[in-house]
Amino acid sequence: MAKPKVATTHMAGCFGCHMSLLDIDERLVQLIELVDFDKSPIDDIKRFTGPVDVGIIEGGCSSQENYEVLKMFRKHCKVLVAVGECALTGGIPAMRNTVPLKECMEEAYLKGPSVVDGVIPNDPDIPLMLDKVYPVHEVVKIDYFIPGCPPPADAFWQVLTALLAGKEPVITYEALKYD
Amino acid sequence: MSNGKITIYVDDVEVTTEAGKTIMEACDAVGIYIPRLCYHKDLVPAGHCRVCTVKVNGKPTNACTFPVQEGLVVENDTDELKEFRRHVIEMLFVEGNHVCPYCEKQGNCELQALAYRFGMLAPTYPYLYPKIEVDATHPDVYIDRNRCVLCGRCVRASRDLDGKSVFGFVGRGKGKRIAVNAEHSLSETQLQAADRAAEICPTGSIVVKRTGYRVPYGKRLYDKEPIGSDIEAKAKG
Ligand code: SF4
Ligand code: SF4
Ligand code: FES
Repeated sequence: MAKPKVATTHMAGCFGCHMSLLDIDERLVQLIELVDFDKSPIDDIKRFTGPVDVGIIEGGCSSQENYEVLKMFRKHCKVLVAVGECALTGGIPAMRNTVPLKECMEEAYLKGPSVVDGVIPNDPDIPLMLDKVYPVHEVVKIDYFIPGCPPPADAFWQVLTALLAGKEPVITYEALKYD
Repeated sequence: MSNGKITIYVDDVEVTTEAGKTIMEACDAVGIYIPRLCYHKDLVPAGHCRVCTVKVNGKPTNACTFPVQEGLVVENDTDELKEFRRHVIEMLFVEGNHVCPYCEKQGNCELQALAYRFGMLAPTYPYLYPKIEVDATHPDVYIDRNRCVLCGRCVRASRDLDGKSVFGFVGRGKGKRIAVNAEHSLSETQLQAADRAAEICPTGSIVVKRTGYRVPYGKRLYDKEPIGSDIEAKAKG
Protein backbone atom coordinates (compact mmCIF):
# COMPACT_ATOMS: atom_id res chain seq x y z
CA MET A 1 0.00 0.00 0.00
CA ALA A 2 1.27 3.47 -0.85
CA LYS A 3 2.28 5.58 2.09
CA PRO A 4 0.11 8.58 3.03
CA LYS A 5 1.33 11.84 1.55
CA VAL A 6 2.10 15.01 3.46
CA ALA A 7 2.55 18.47 1.92
CA THR A 8 3.71 21.57 3.78
CA THR A 9 3.90 25.26 2.97
CA HIS A 10 5.20 28.42 4.51
CA MET A 11 3.44 31.80 4.15
CA ALA A 12 3.67 34.91 6.37
CA GLY A 13 5.73 33.35 9.14
CA CYS A 14 9.38 32.79 10.01
CA PHE A 15 9.93 29.11 9.12
CA GLY A 16 10.18 28.39 12.86
CA CYS A 17 7.26 25.96 12.67
CA HIS A 18 9.03 23.93 9.99
CA MET A 19 12.15 23.95 12.16
CA SER A 20 10.08 22.67 15.08
CA LEU A 21 8.70 19.87 12.90
CA LEU A 22 12.30 18.84 12.22
CA ASP A 23 12.92 19.09 15.97
CA ILE A 24 11.09 15.79 16.54
CA ASP A 25 14.67 14.46 16.33
CA GLU A 26 15.09 10.72 15.76
CA ARG A 27 11.34 10.38 15.36
CA LEU A 28 11.96 11.96 11.94
CA VAL A 29 13.22 8.59 10.77
CA GLN A 30 9.96 7.04 11.94
CA LEU A 31 7.98 9.78 10.20
CA ILE A 32 9.80 9.23 6.92
CA GLU A 33 8.88 5.55 7.17
CA LEU A 34 5.25 6.45 7.77
CA VAL A 35 4.75 9.10 5.06
CA ASP A 36 5.99 10.48 1.78
CA PHE A 37 6.49 14.21 1.47
CA ASP A 38 4.89 15.88 -1.53
CA LYS A 39 5.03 19.63 -2.24
CA SER A 40 7.07 21.10 0.61
CA PRO A 41 10.06 23.34 1.30
CA ILE A 42 11.54 20.31 3.12
CA ASP A 43 12.13 18.39 -0.13
CA ASP A 44 11.80 21.41 -2.42
CA ILE A 45 9.03 19.79 -4.49
CA LYS A 46 7.33 22.85 -6.02
CA ARG A 47 4.10 21.36 -7.39
CA PHE A 48 1.59 18.85 -6.10
CA THR A 49 2.20 15.47 -7.73
CA GLY A 50 -1.35 14.29 -6.96
CA PRO A 51 -3.84 14.16 -4.09
CA VAL A 52 -2.30 14.57 -0.65
CA ASP A 53 -3.57 13.22 2.68
CA VAL A 54 -2.36 15.87 5.10
CA GLY A 55 -1.49 19.49 4.26
CA ILE A 56 0.40 21.55 6.83
CA ILE A 57 0.20 25.35 6.70
CA GLU A 58 2.63 27.65 8.47
CA GLY A 59 2.12 31.41 8.46
CA GLY A 60 -0.75 33.83 7.98
CA CYS A 61 -2.36 34.86 4.71
CA SER A 62 -0.74 38.17 3.85
CA SER A 63 -0.55 38.36 0.05
CA GLN A 64 -2.35 37.39 -3.10
CA GLU A 65 0.11 34.54 -3.55
CA ASN A 66 -0.55 33.23 -0.02
CA TYR A 67 -4.25 33.26 -0.85
CA GLU A 68 -3.70 31.21 -4.00
CA VAL A 69 -1.45 28.71 -2.22
CA LEU A 70 -4.07 28.28 0.50
CA LYS A 71 -6.82 27.62 -2.04
CA MET A 72 -4.54 25.16 -3.81
CA PHE A 73 -3.76 23.31 -0.58
CA ARG A 74 -7.46 23.09 0.24
CA LYS A 75 -8.12 21.66 -3.20
CA HIS A 76 -5.37 19.02 -3.14
CA CYS A 77 -5.29 17.97 0.54
CA LYS A 78 -7.87 15.80 2.28
CA VAL A 79 -7.04 17.26 5.67
CA LEU A 80 -5.56 20.70 6.38
CA VAL A 81 -3.65 21.43 9.58
CA ALA A 82 -2.81 25.03 10.48
CA VAL A 83 0.31 25.27 12.62
CA GLY A 84 1.75 28.10 14.69
CA GLU A 85 0.53 31.47 15.94
CA CYS A 86 0.90 33.26 12.59
CA ALA A 87 -1.40 30.79 10.83
CA LEU A 88 -3.83 30.68 13.75
CA THR A 89 -3.96 34.35 14.77
CA GLY A 90 -1.96 36.34 12.21
CA GLY A 91 0.83 36.53 14.81
CA ILE A 92 3.71 38.97 14.53
CA PRO A 93 3.05 39.85 10.85
CA ALA A 94 -0.50 40.84 11.85
CA MET A 95 0.94 43.72 13.88
CA ARG A 96 0.51 45.62 10.63
CA ASN A 97 -3.24 45.02 10.75
CA THR A 98 -3.90 48.08 12.88
CA VAL A 99 -2.15 50.33 10.35
CA PRO A 100 -3.68 50.96 6.90
CA LEU A 101 -1.73 49.18 4.13
CA LYS A 102 -0.84 52.44 2.38
CA GLU A 103 0.78 53.81 5.53
CA CYS A 104 2.71 50.54 6.02
CA MET A 105 4.09 50.67 2.47
CA GLU A 106 4.99 54.35 2.75
CA GLU A 107 6.77 53.78 6.03
CA ALA A 108 8.73 50.82 4.66
CA TYR A 109 9.63 52.18 1.21
CA LEU A 110 9.36 55.98 1.31
CA LYS A 111 9.58 57.51 4.78
CA GLY A 112 11.66 54.99 6.75
CA PRO A 113 14.78 56.49 8.39
CA SER A 114 17.19 54.47 6.21
CA VAL A 115 15.33 54.94 2.90
CA VAL A 116 17.16 56.81 0.13
CA ASP A 117 15.24 57.64 -3.07
CA GLY A 118 12.51 55.23 -2.05
CA VAL A 119 9.89 53.79 -4.33
CA ILE A 120 7.02 51.44 -3.56
CA PRO A 121 7.77 48.22 -5.48
CA ASN A 122 5.32 47.50 -8.25
CA ASP A 123 6.76 44.59 -10.20
CA PRO A 124 4.34 41.97 -11.58
CA ASP A 125 6.59 39.27 -10.06
CA ILE A 126 6.06 40.59 -6.54
CA PRO A 127 2.81 39.32 -4.95
CA LEU A 128 0.33 42.03 -4.04
CA MET A 129 -0.15 42.57 -0.32
CA LEU A 130 -3.63 42.04 1.11
CA ASP A 131 -5.23 44.78 3.21
CA LYS A 132 -4.24 42.81 6.30
CA VAL A 133 -2.82 39.48 7.44
CA TYR A 134 -5.59 36.91 7.87
CA PRO A 135 -5.55 33.82 10.08
CA VAL A 136 -5.77 30.96 7.57
CA HIS A 137 -9.05 29.60 8.93
CA GLU A 138 -10.66 32.93 8.01
CA VAL A 139 -9.74 32.16 4.37
CA VAL A 140 -10.26 28.39 3.88
CA LYS A 141 -11.71 25.63 6.02
CA ILE A 142 -9.06 24.22 8.37
CA ASP A 143 -9.58 20.80 9.94
CA TYR A 144 -7.03 20.81 12.77
CA PHE A 145 -4.94 23.39 14.61
CA ILE A 146 -1.57 23.16 16.35
CA PRO A 147 -0.88 26.38 18.29
CA GLY A 148 2.52 27.54 19.51
CA CYS A 149 5.34 29.87 18.52
CA PRO A 150 6.57 27.49 17.31
CA PRO A 151 4.41 24.52 18.29
CA PRO A 152 6.44 22.15 20.47
CA ALA A 153 7.84 19.17 18.53
CA ASP A 154 5.67 16.94 20.73
CA ALA A 155 2.52 18.71 19.58
CA PHE A 156 3.47 18.03 15.95
CA TRP A 157 4.16 14.42 16.77
CA GLN A 158 0.93 13.92 18.71
CA VAL A 159 -1.25 15.38 15.97
CA LEU A 160 0.52 13.81 12.99
CA THR A 161 0.69 10.30 14.43
CA ALA A 162 -2.99 10.47 15.45
CA LEU A 163 -4.06 11.63 11.99
CA LEU A 164 -1.98 8.96 10.27
CA ALA A 165 -3.53 6.33 12.53
CA GLY A 166 -7.00 7.63 11.67
CA LYS A 167 -7.61 8.88 15.21
CA GLU A 168 -8.88 12.21 16.53
CA PRO A 169 -5.77 14.21 17.55
CA VAL A 170 -5.46 15.42 21.12
CA ILE A 171 -2.68 17.78 22.23
CA THR A 172 -1.61 17.11 25.81
CA TYR A 173 -1.68 20.01 28.31
CA GLU A 174 2.08 20.55 28.38
CA ALA A 175 2.33 20.59 24.59
CA LEU A 176 -0.50 23.11 24.17
CA LYS A 177 1.16 26.55 24.06
CA TYR A 178 0.56 29.88 22.35
CA ASP A 179 4.14 31.07 22.88
CA MET B 1 -30.13 26.99 60.02
CA SER B 2 -29.47 27.14 63.71
CA ASN B 3 -25.73 26.34 63.71
CA GLY B 4 -25.09 28.67 60.76
CA LYS B 5 -24.16 25.73 58.51
CA ILE B 6 -25.56 25.66 55.01
CA THR B 7 -25.61 22.82 52.51
CA ILE B 8 -25.52 23.40 48.76
CA TYR B 9 -25.25 20.82 45.96
CA VAL B 10 -22.60 21.37 43.29
CA ASP B 11 -22.80 18.93 40.37
CA ASP B 12 -24.59 16.57 42.79
CA VAL B 13 -21.85 16.83 45.41
CA GLU B 14 -22.95 17.99 48.85
CA VAL B 15 -20.96 21.03 49.98
CA THR B 16 -21.22 22.25 53.55
CA THR B 17 -20.48 25.91 54.08
CA GLU B 18 -21.70 28.84 56.11
CA ALA B 19 -23.94 31.85 55.62
CA GLY B 20 -22.25 34.91 54.17
CA LYS B 21 -20.04 32.96 51.73
CA THR B 22 -20.39 33.14 47.98
CA ILE B 23 -20.78 29.99 45.89
CA MET B 24 -17.18 30.42 44.72
CA GLU B 25 -15.80 30.71 48.26
CA ALA B 26 -17.78 27.67 49.37
CA CYS B 27 -16.46 25.64 46.43
CA ASP B 28 -12.85 26.85 46.79
CA ALA B 29 -12.83 25.68 50.41
CA VAL B 30 -13.64 22.09 49.43
CA GLY B 31 -11.47 21.88 46.32
CA ILE B 32 -14.08 22.46 43.61
CA TYR B 33 -12.64 24.85 41.04
CA ILE B 34 -14.94 27.30 39.31
CA PRO B 35 -13.03 29.12 36.54
CA ARG B 36 -12.69 32.88 37.12
CA LEU B 37 -10.88 35.89 35.70
CA CYS B 38 -11.98 39.16 37.33
CA TYR B 39 -12.16 37.61 40.80
CA HIS B 40 -9.17 37.97 43.11
CA LYS B 41 -9.14 36.75 46.69
CA ASP B 42 -7.93 40.10 48.06
CA LEU B 43 -10.58 42.16 46.26
CA VAL B 44 -14.32 42.64 46.59
CA PRO B 45 -15.91 40.55 43.84
CA ALA B 46 -17.29 42.62 40.99
CA GLY B 47 -18.91 40.17 38.58
CA HIS B 48 -17.47 41.68 35.39
CA CYS B 49 -16.15 38.80 33.30
CA ARG B 50 -18.81 36.04 33.52
CA VAL B 51 -16.16 33.35 33.27
CA CYS B 52 -17.43 32.00 36.62
CA THR B 53 -20.96 31.50 35.29
CA VAL B 54 -22.67 28.53 36.94
CA LYS B 55 -26.33 27.56 36.88
CA VAL B 56 -28.14 28.09 40.16
CA ASN B 57 -31.45 26.27 40.27
CA GLY B 58 -31.22 26.26 36.47
CA LYS B 59 -30.44 29.96 36.02
CA PRO B 60 -27.04 31.32 34.80
CA THR B 61 -25.41 33.23 37.66
CA ASN B 62 -21.99 34.59 38.67
CA ALA B 63 -20.51 32.22 41.25
CA CYS B 64 -18.15 34.95 42.51
CA THR B 65 -20.95 37.24 43.70
CA PHE B 66 -23.87 34.93 44.52
CA PRO B 67 -24.36 34.24 48.26
CA VAL B 68 -25.02 30.67 49.33
CA GLN B 69 -28.46 29.70 50.58
CA GLU B 70 -29.66 26.44 52.04
CA GLY B 71 -30.32 23.80 49.41
CA LEU B 72 -29.03 25.65 46.31
CA VAL B 73 -28.55 23.34 43.34
CA VAL B 74 -25.49 24.46 41.37
CA GLU B 75 -24.25 23.20 38.00
CA ASN B 76 -20.56 23.91 37.39
CA ASP B 77 -18.48 21.40 35.43
CA THR B 78 -21.01 20.63 32.68
CA ASP B 79 -20.30 20.51 28.95
CA GLU B 80 -22.73 23.36 28.37
CA LEU B 81 -21.06 25.70 30.87
CA LYS B 82 -17.55 24.73 29.80
CA GLU B 83 -18.45 25.60 26.24
CA PHE B 84 -20.06 28.89 27.31
CA ARG B 85 -16.93 29.85 29.25
CA ARG B 86 -14.66 28.97 26.35
CA HIS B 87 -16.67 31.29 24.12
CA VAL B 88 -16.28 34.12 26.64
CA ILE B 89 -12.52 33.56 26.60
CA GLU B 90 -12.43 33.36 22.80
CA MET B 91 -14.20 36.70 22.55
CA LEU B 92 -11.62 38.30 24.83
CA PHE B 93 -8.87 37.05 22.52
CA VAL B 94 -10.39 38.39 19.30
CA GLU B 95 -11.46 41.72 20.83
CA GLY B 96 -7.93 42.69 21.82
CA ASN B 97 -4.53 42.11 20.29
CA HIS B 98 -3.06 39.15 22.11
CA VAL B 99 0.29 38.25 20.62
CA CYS B 100 1.32 35.68 23.22
CA PRO B 101 4.71 34.93 21.57
CA TYR B 102 6.19 38.25 22.70
CA CYS B 103 3.99 39.13 25.66
CA GLU B 104 5.76 39.62 29.00
CA LYS B 105 2.94 37.78 30.77
CA GLN B 106 3.22 34.60 28.69
CA GLY B 107 3.16 31.45 30.80
CA ASN B 108 1.91 33.39 33.81
CA CYS B 109 -1.19 34.90 32.25
CA GLU B 110 -4.60 33.92 33.60
CA LEU B 111 -6.36 34.56 30.28
CA GLN B 112 -3.92 32.35 28.41
CA ALA B 113 -4.13 29.71 31.15
CA LEU B 114 -7.93 29.64 31.00
CA ALA B 115 -7.77 29.18 27.24
CA TYR B 116 -5.37 26.26 27.75
CA ARG B 117 -7.63 24.76 30.37
CA PHE B 118 -10.61 25.00 28.03
CA GLY B 119 -8.55 23.52 25.18
CA MET B 120 -8.86 26.54 22.88
CA LEU B 121 -6.79 25.96 19.74
CA ALA B 122 -7.91 28.91 17.61
CA PRO B 123 -10.84 31.22 18.39
CA THR B 124 -13.93 30.53 16.29
CA TYR B 125 -14.70 34.26 16.02
CA PRO B 126 -13.00 36.59 13.52
CA TYR B 127 -10.17 38.73 14.89
CA LEU B 128 -11.00 42.42 15.17
CA TYR B 129 -7.44 43.83 15.34
CA PRO B 130 -8.42 47.09 17.05
CA LYS B 131 -5.92 49.95 17.03
CA ILE B 132 -4.87 50.63 20.64
CA GLU B 133 -1.99 52.75 21.93
CA VAL B 134 0.46 51.63 24.61
CA ASP B 135 1.17 54.00 27.51
CA ALA B 136 4.79 53.48 28.53
CA THR B 137 5.34 56.98 29.97
CA HIS B 138 5.72 55.83 33.56
CA PRO B 139 9.34 54.96 34.47
CA ASP B 140 8.48 51.63 36.13
CA VAL B 141 5.10 50.41 34.91
CA TYR B 142 3.37 50.37 31.54
CA ILE B 143 -0.21 49.79 30.46
CA ASP B 144 -0.81 48.02 27.16
CA ARG B 145 -4.57 48.00 26.69
CA ASN B 146 -4.22 45.67 23.70
CA ARG B 147 -4.22 42.99 26.38
CA CYS B 148 -6.80 44.48 28.76
CA VAL B 149 -9.84 42.30 29.46
CA LEU B 150 -11.67 44.97 31.49
CA CYS B 151 -11.71 42.83 34.60
CA GLY B 152 -11.42 45.91 36.81
CA ARG B 153 -8.92 44.32 39.20
CA CYS B 154 -6.59 47.31 38.84
CA VAL B 155 -9.47 49.65 39.59
CA ARG B 156 -10.44 47.82 42.78
CA ALA B 157 -6.84 47.25 43.91
CA SER B 158 -5.81 50.86 43.44
CA ARG B 159 -8.90 52.17 45.21
CA ASP B 160 -9.28 49.63 48.02
CA LEU B 161 -5.78 48.29 48.66
CA ASP B 162 -3.52 51.20 47.63
CA GLY B 163 -5.94 54.03 48.50
CA LYS B 164 -5.05 55.88 45.29
CA SER B 165 -7.71 55.31 42.62
CA VAL B 166 -5.21 55.52 39.78
CA PHE B 167 -7.44 53.50 37.43
CA GLY B 168 -11.10 53.75 36.48
CA PHE B 169 -13.52 52.65 33.78
CA VAL B 170 -14.66 55.11 31.10
CA GLY B 171 -17.11 54.64 28.23
CA ARG B 172 -19.64 51.90 27.70
CA GLY B 173 -20.11 48.76 25.65
CA LYS B 174 -17.58 48.43 22.87
CA GLY B 175 -16.02 51.78 23.81
CA LYS B 176 -15.40 50.82 27.44
CA ARG B 177 -11.79 51.12 28.52
CA ILE B 178 -9.50 51.59 31.50
CA ALA B 179 -8.51 55.21 32.04
CA VAL B 180 -5.84 56.61 34.30
CA ASN B 181 -6.58 59.36 36.77
CA ALA B 182 -4.47 62.05 35.09
CA GLU B 183 -4.62 64.62 32.33
CA HIS B 184 -2.67 62.51 29.83
CA SER B 185 -0.80 59.45 30.96
CA LEU B 186 0.31 57.00 33.61
CA SER B 187 3.48 59.01 34.41
CA GLU B 188 1.34 61.76 35.93
CA THR B 189 -0.35 59.46 38.45
CA GLN B 190 0.81 58.39 41.91
CA LEU B 191 1.21 54.80 40.76
CA GLN B 192 4.34 53.05 42.05
CA ALA B 193 5.79 49.72 41.00
CA ALA B 194 5.28 48.34 44.53
CA ASP B 195 1.53 49.06 44.45
CA ARG B 196 -0.87 46.14 44.41
CA ALA B 197 -2.52 47.67 41.34
CA ALA B 198 0.75 47.25 39.44
CA GLU B 199 0.92 43.48 39.97
CA ILE B 200 -2.70 42.36 40.14
CA CYS B 201 -3.54 42.43 36.43
CA PRO B 202 -4.39 38.88 35.28
CA THR B 203 -3.02 39.60 31.79
CA GLY B 204 -0.08 41.48 30.31
CA SER B 205 -1.96 44.78 30.30
CA ILE B 206 -0.37 46.33 33.38
CA VAL B 207 3.20 45.15 33.75
CA VAL B 208 6.08 46.28 35.94
CA LYS B 209 8.93 47.12 33.58
CA ARG B 210 12.10 45.03 33.50
CA THR B 211 10.39 41.99 35.05
CA GLY B 212 9.28 40.14 31.91
CA TYR B 213 10.66 36.82 30.63
CA ARG B 214 12.53 36.17 33.92
CA VAL B 215 11.24 32.63 34.34
CA PRO B 216 12.29 30.26 31.56
CA TYR B 217 9.86 28.39 29.34
CA GLY B 218 8.84 25.18 31.06
CA LYS B 219 9.07 26.67 34.57
CA ARG B 220 6.38 29.34 34.35
CA LEU B 221 3.22 29.30 36.46
CA TYR B 222 0.96 27.44 34.04
CA ASP B 223 3.49 25.44 32.01
CA LYS B 224 2.89 22.10 33.69
CA GLU B 225 -0.40 22.30 35.59
CA PRO B 226 -3.66 23.93 34.46
CA ILE B 227 -4.96 27.00 36.23
CA GLY B 228 -7.15 25.91 39.15
CA SER B 229 -4.99 22.89 39.99
CA ASP B 230 -4.04 24.46 43.32
CA ILE B 231 -7.70 24.63 44.32
CA GLU B 232 -8.46 21.14 43.04
CA ALA B 233 -5.50 19.77 45.00
CA LYS B 234 -7.42 20.54 48.21
CA ALA B 235 -10.04 17.95 47.29
CA LYS B 236 -7.40 15.29 46.66
CA GLY B 237 -5.28 16.32 49.68
S1 SF4 C 1 -2.06 38.99 28.00
FE1 SF4 C 1 -2.04 36.75 28.11
S2 SF4 C 1 -3.35 36.09 26.43
FE2 SF4 C 1 -2.80 38.23 26.05
S3 SF4 C 1 -0.96 38.17 24.78
FE3 SF4 C 1 -0.26 38.25 26.91
S4 SF4 C 1 0.03 36.09 27.48
FE4 SF4 C 1 -1.25 36.11 25.65
S1 SF4 D 1 -5.60 46.62 32.99
FE1 SF4 D 1 -5.48 44.50 33.70
S2 SF4 D 1 -6.38 44.57 35.76
FE2 SF4 D 1 -6.99 46.45 34.72
S3 SF4 D 1 -8.99 45.98 33.81
FE3 SF4 D 1 -7.44 45.59 32.24
S4 SF4 D 1 -6.96 43.42 32.43
FE4 SF4 D 1 -8.02 44.02 34.32
S1 FES E 1 -14.96 35.84 38.22
FE1 FES E 1 -17.08 36.02 38.52
S2 FES E 1 -17.70 37.42 36.98
FE2 FES E 1 -15.52 37.37 36.79
